[in-house]
Amino acid sequence: MLDKNGIAKRIAQEVKDGYYVNLGIGIPTLVANYIPDNINVVLQSENGLLGMGPFPFEGEEDADYINAGKQTITTVPGSAFFDSAMSFGMIRARKIHLTILGAMEVSENGDIANWKIPGKMVKGMGGAMDLVASAENIIVAMQHVNKAGESKLLPECTLPLTGIRCVKKVVTELGVFDILPEGGFKLVECAPDVTIEQIKAATKGRLIV
Amino acid sequence: MIDKTVSSASAAISDIRSGMTLAVGGFGLCGIPENLISALLSSGITNLTCISNNAGVDDFGLGLLLQKKQIKKMIASYVGENAAFERQMLSGELEVDLIPQGTLATRCLAAGYGMPAIFTPAGVGTEVAKGKESRKFTFHGVEKEYLMETAFEIDFSLVKAWKGDRMGNLVYRATALNFNHVMAMAGKTTIAEVEELVEPGELDPNFIHTPGIYVSKIVQGVHYEKRIEQRTIRARNQSF
Repeated sequence: MLDKNGIAKRIAQEVKDGYYVNLGIGIPTLVANYIPDNINVVLQSENGLLGMGPFPFEGEEDADYINAGKQTITTVPGSAFFDSAMSFGMIRARKIHLTILGAMEVSENGDIANWKIPGKMVKGMGGAMDLVASAENIIVAMQHVNKAGESKLLPECTLPLTGIRCVKKVVTELGVFDILPEGGFKLVECAPDVTIEQIKAATKGRLIV
Repeated sequence: MIDKTVSSASAAISDIRSGMTLAVGGFGLCGIPENLISALLSSGITNLTCISNNAGVDDFGLGLLLQKKQIKKMIASYVGENAAFERQMLSGELEVDLIPQGTLATRCLAAGYGMPAIFTPAGVGTEVAKGKESRKFTFHGVEKEYLMETAFEIDFSLVKAWKGDRMGNLVYRATALNFNHVMAMAGKTTIAEVEELVEPGELDPNFIHTPGIYVSKIVQGVHYEKRIEQRTIRARNQSF
C-alpha cells in the first residue's frame, strides 16, 4: 500500500520532459518532490506564476511570493508572473500539459467532485472547475476510500460536481486506474502488497481487471 | 499632468456608499489593499457586495469587514480559510455566490475590455451552470459546450500595487499581481493604493502593468503588514 508520498512518487512517473504542469493542493503538491532531475518541467501556479520553485529557506519568506495554496514559495530561473485572467487563459487554451488534483469522489465516466459537501463544508471550487473543464490530461491523486470507509471510486458521484467526463487517471494508495473512454476504472497497477480482492472490495464503481 | 493622488485611504474611499458593488484585489492575503480595507472598516459603510477571490481570514483582509457585518453579499471562488465566513454563509446571514476562479477573473477582464459577456467551459454540467445560457462552439477542432458569463458591473475596484505614479500607472510585484490588474481595469471607478508612490517618468513605460487611464485615484499606503497565510520553509539541505 502507498502512503501520500508514495502516491505522489507514482504520479511523478507520468510527468514527461517539456511538460507544463499544474499541481493542486494536498498530495499533488508533493509530486514536485519526485520529478526526476533529468527532465525539464515547468510548474504553473494558477495565482499567476510559471516556474514555481521550492519553499524558501527560513528567513527568506516573502509575502508577495505564494502559490495557489497560499504557501510561501520561490521561483526558478526563467519564471514568469502574470495576472489571474491570463493564468486561466493559458489553462483554457490548453497550454498546460498535465493537471494533477485531489478529489472527494470520481465516477467511472470521469466525473469529479471536490468542492462542496452540502450543508457541511463549502470552501469553494477555486480554480478546479476551470482546470478540469479545459485540461486534456487530468490525474486525480486521492485516498481510495473516505473517512467512513466508503469507496471514492463510484458509478456516479453523489456530491456536487466539479466537472464532467474529464478525469483520465486515478492514483490511490491501492493502485493506478485508467478511466476508459467507454466508462469504467481499468486497473493498471496494484500498489505493493495490495491484492486485487482488496481493490475490488474498496471500489464501488465498475472495475475492469 | 493629470494628478490622481489623494492624501489618505479614507479620502480615497469617500465616494463609496452603502449598497455598492466593490471588487477587491488580492489572492488569499497576498496583494490585498490593506489600507483601503481599513478605511472601509472605519467608514461605517454597509450592505456591500464584494467581488474578491477569497474572503480574507477571520482577523485580516475582508474577514474584518465580515466580522462587522458590512458585507451583504460575497462573490468569490474559495473561502476555506475564514471560519466567520463559513458560519455566516451556512446560517444564511451572508449571501454568497461561489464561482470558478477563472470565471471570476475573466468576468473582470470582460468588464475592463468593454465586452458584455464571455463563454467558458468552466462549470458545464455542474450547479454553476444552472439558469445560464449555454452554447456549443467548435474551438481548436473540438465541439464543446460553453457557458455564457457576463462582465461584472463594478462601482469601485480597490487594488494594491507595488509602485504607482501620480498619473495612476501601476506596477505589481511577483504573485501580488494576481487579481489586482484585471480588477483595476474592471471598475467604473478604480482606487489604487501603492507601497511606493513616484513621480511620472520614474516608472519605465515598457514595464507598466496597468495604464493610468484605468485608475481614478491613487494613494500612498502606510504600515503594510503583508501577512503570510501559510509560512512554508525548507531546511537548508532539502532540495524541494
